[in-house]
Amino acid sequence: MNYFPDEVIEHVFNFVTSHKDRNSISLVCKSWFKIERYSRQNVFIGNCYSISPERLLGRFPCFKSLTLKGKPHFADFNLVPHGWGGFVQPWIEALARSRVGLEELRLKRMVVTDESLELLSRSFVNFKSLVLVSCEGFSTDGLASIASNCRYLQDLDLQENEIDDHRGQWLSCFPETSTTLVTLNFACLEGETNLVALERLVARSPNLRSLKLNRAVPLDALARLMVCAPQIVELGVGSYEDEQDSESCLKLQAAIKKCTSLRSLSGFLEAAPHCLSAFNPVCHNLTSLNLSYAAEIHGSHLIWLIEHCKKLQRLWILDSIGDKGLEVVASTCKELQELRVFPTDLHGGGNTAVTEDGLVAISAGCPKLHSILYFCQQMTNAALITVAKNCPNFIRFRLCILEPHKPDHVTSQPLDEGFGAIVQACKNLKRLSVSGLLTDQVFLYIGMFATRLEMLSIAFAGDTDKGMLYVLNGCKKMRKLEIRDSPFGDTALLADVNKYGAMRSLWMSSCEVTLGGCKRLAQKAPWLNVEIINENDNNRMEENGYEGRQKVDKLYLYRTVVGTRVDAPPFVWIL
Amino acid sequence: MNEFVNLKATELRLGLPGTDNVFEERQRVSCNKRAIQGDSENETESSTLKIEMSPPRKAQIVGWPPVRSLRKNIIQTKKNESDSEGGRGHYVKVSMDGAPYLRKIDLSCYKGYSELLKALEIMFSFSVGEYFEREGYRGSEFVPTYEDKDGDWMLIGDVPWEMFVSTCKRVRIMKGSEAKGLGCCV
Repeated sequence: MNYFPDEVIEHVFNFVTSHKDRNSISLVCKSWFKIERYSRQNVFIGNCYSISPERLLGRFPCFKSLTLKGKPHFADFNLVPHGWGGFVQPWIEALARSRVGLEELRLKRMVVTDESLELLSRSFVNFKSLVLVSCEGFSTDGLASIASNCRYLQDLDLQENEIDDHRGQWLSCFPETSTTLVTLNFACLEGETNLVALERLVARSPNLRSLKLNRAVPLDALARLMVCAPQIVELGVGSYEDEQDSESCLKLQAAIKKCTSLRSLSGFLEAAPHCLSAFNPVCHNLTSLNLSYAAEIHGSHLIWLIEHCKKLQRLWILDSIGDKGLEVVASTCKELQELRVFPTDLHGGGNTAVTEDGLVAISAGCPKLHSILYFCQQMTNAALITVAKNCPNFIRFRLCILEPHKPDHVTSQPLDEGFGAIVQACKNLKRLSVSGLLTDQVFLYIGMFATRLEMLSIAFAGDTDKGMLYVLNGCKKMRKLEIRDSPFGDTALLADVNKYGAMRSLWMSSCEVTLGGCKRLAQKAPWLNVEIINENDNNRMEENGYEGRQKVDKLYLYRTVVGTRVDAPPFVWIL
Repeated sequence: MNEFVNLKATELRLGLPGTDNVFEERQRVSCNKRAIQGDSENETESSTLKIEMSPPRKAQIVGWPPVRSLRKNIIQTKKNESDSEGGRGHYVKVSMDGAPYLRKIDLSCYKGYSELLKALEIMFSFSVGEYFEREGYRGSEFVPTYEDKDGDWMLIGDVPWEMFVSTCKRVRIMKGSEAKGLGCCV
């Protein structure tokens, strides 16, 4: 390849898009490293504290798209206190100072402020795409800046963020000349929406493919919007509050008939079930259906809908669908690849929940299934063994039995054998979440068989340090390990600190690790940031004598090339 | 794992004397399981229910189940709305003559009289006999009755199920001579 001029090599590299592959290319030789560096368009940073913006710009001066992730995954479940970190401001400041022509910014679990959004909107002329997932710290004023200043904005995609809704007029901040929108997702906004501004915006956006509305957009407005946007591919519906409004229902149905490209439906937060019939005409084309917020849609309405969605590839649903409903899915949705079943009763005890039977039915009926997230109240080893036999293609398998430590409800045995069967059969398993009563044995199986596993979530499981050691020693591709409420301690933590250099991060909360153990780890591995999150003011952690016995409540460690971060709040101690 | 095999033997229960069928009871009475931190207006009653289950029921664990706040809020909102509508979670007190304490059941868990009566039979270990439109319940000294909105004690089974659910304020299982007044023949 060295006989070709750089431009040719660069052209070839353009076809290589995966981050991993590009990282590999850059290691081949010096000249490839240099060419790859200058031609890298998309940069992915899985942990914003693993590198600094300055070093990023030094390595990749010409990128156009940046993906940044901040808080650890368990922050989604309130395990990371407010103010921990993940601030995007320094990144945007650094990028603004440089000459990088940023066009796309994708942030996950980061703290974003209105100031950051304003700076972002003013600093990059060609900025096209903003995707914020599980972020917080900003308001609709920040959105107004983006709308006003980003002349070529194509994507404004807000997924499950906590946004302070000032009920301002951010939608009317899109200038009349703005016609480039492709994605507009504001489903997570809680407040009122300027419907007139919205309709006008949609009407002048012929390229709009994805539109996800918040609950403040009622049925009649939706009908009018659909008339303006028959080219829509993904639709998130707002509220259907007014059951009496059958005229709007009919108008909507007529408009939907023309949406022949519609493939994805979501939303339905306040849905009167009978209005679902407006979507009759498009069901047979749907590939993605997210009803996981639609607590009102269940029973026969839901079954009817699913029976008509024969091409579904992705289904997110509440457990009110029941085992019977899952059987309908299994017999109808032969193209199903991803299924998520969320709980309606968070504390167990509801009698409409799904059981192991539903899971088995799905595994038997859907040959293409590769990703599953399943909340349930009971499980058996026999069922899991059957699922493993039926579906050896799982890439992601996440099972959450609502009651911690719950055994096989038929045999009262731990669920080690069931999960063991899953990891043994599913050779491509990359992500696994385990639950229920589990001993060290399940981790022996995971270490032995889950050779491609990259992310593992453990809660209320295991007996001794051996469990964690099996995983650390066996799963060579592990990137993210998160553990809570399990009896793993210093022995496991310190056994081989070099392992953590090959991983993105480790989270351990309510385990048996001690302050002394963490300090020793930090000493042995200066390339790691070892963070102790300690919200308890009474904890006198400085006293040396007690370190060996002082349990650490939350430990989060990650590899980094830039050492201790400077923005840590007082309750975070970086050892 | 032996701990779990023997757990039933060491299980703390407050079932009525002579009650063996905890497992069945748990299945039938599953509607009565409540969240500890919830909307129960009577903490002592719900803690009474809790003791039947093993292991001891959960205090609220932070961050469990692993569901995002946005989802939790949606579900909680729905539950609260339907509770106030009386759609789900229609709890009424149930007393039985001679029993030391009352129970509570969720009427919305049952689809009809036969389910309700079966549940009551299991809960209090008795038999309700057969219902006849004219004579009431025959074949048992126990008679299921309820107090309606007007404060009158009515025989369970006379009115359509939906009407019963909407007018029932509490349930009382009468026994023996007291029950005769309602047309029961022993």
